[in-house]
Amino acid sequence: MTEIRALLFARLRDLAGCDSVTVEVPSPATVGELRRAISTRVAVLVDWLPRCAIAVDGEYAEDSTVIPPNCELAILPPVSGG
Amino acid sequence: MMIHLVREAIDHSELTEQVRRSNCGAVVTFLGTVRDLTGDQITTALDYEAYDGMAEAKLSEIEADTRSRWPIGDIALVHRLGRMDVGEVSVAVAVSCPHRADAFAACKHAIDRLKEIVPIWKREHGPAGETEWVHP
Repeated sequence: MTEIRALLFARLRDLAGCDSVTVEVPSPATVGELRRAISTRVAVLVDWLPRCAIAVDGEYAEDSTVIPPNCELAILPPVSGG
Repeated sequence: MMIHLVREAIDHSELTEQVRRSNCGAVVTFLGTVRDLTGDQITTALDYEAYDGMAEAKLSEIEADTRSRWPIGDIALVHRLGRMDVGEVSVAVAVSCPHRADAFAACKHAIDRLKEIVPIWKREHGPAGETEWVHP
């Protein structure tokens, strides 16, 4: 197991009360495993995670993507720019 | 490299001038502005935040993708971040092409993609001081 940190934005950050979350996942983990780990450990985000995208080093990632070491992870709620 | 994210007012006249080319007979500029009413909900201000690095990269990708689809003379996308009052410009897209049909289509494509894939979020401020993130 390893600890990984993911950035939070907008309503997710307000709900969690912090701008990132750190969770324990298998090593190596997939994006889907990260999503499930956050759902389990950070109760306030459970309802939101199915609607969120996850970015790995600034690229939208599929749940099947294996998380590389030392990357930047971000949980992106539905966007509303413009 | 073009800077796409700014915190001060967008000079959209300057942006429009920047994309003008002698081989382009058409320039289209789209402005997104802060609207005072959404349904029956009154908005007094918006504030925008971004996942900056990824947002810059995605805006560059949209420029490149738009250039690959239409005969673009030049294209510029700028999004403002921070707090904006009703009527202020939050986003500007300026495109030049030889002919207007392409310029309109390219500009529409760029703003549509921006709203789909660029990690930027807005929060609405209401008259009683209430705030709400917009997550469509």
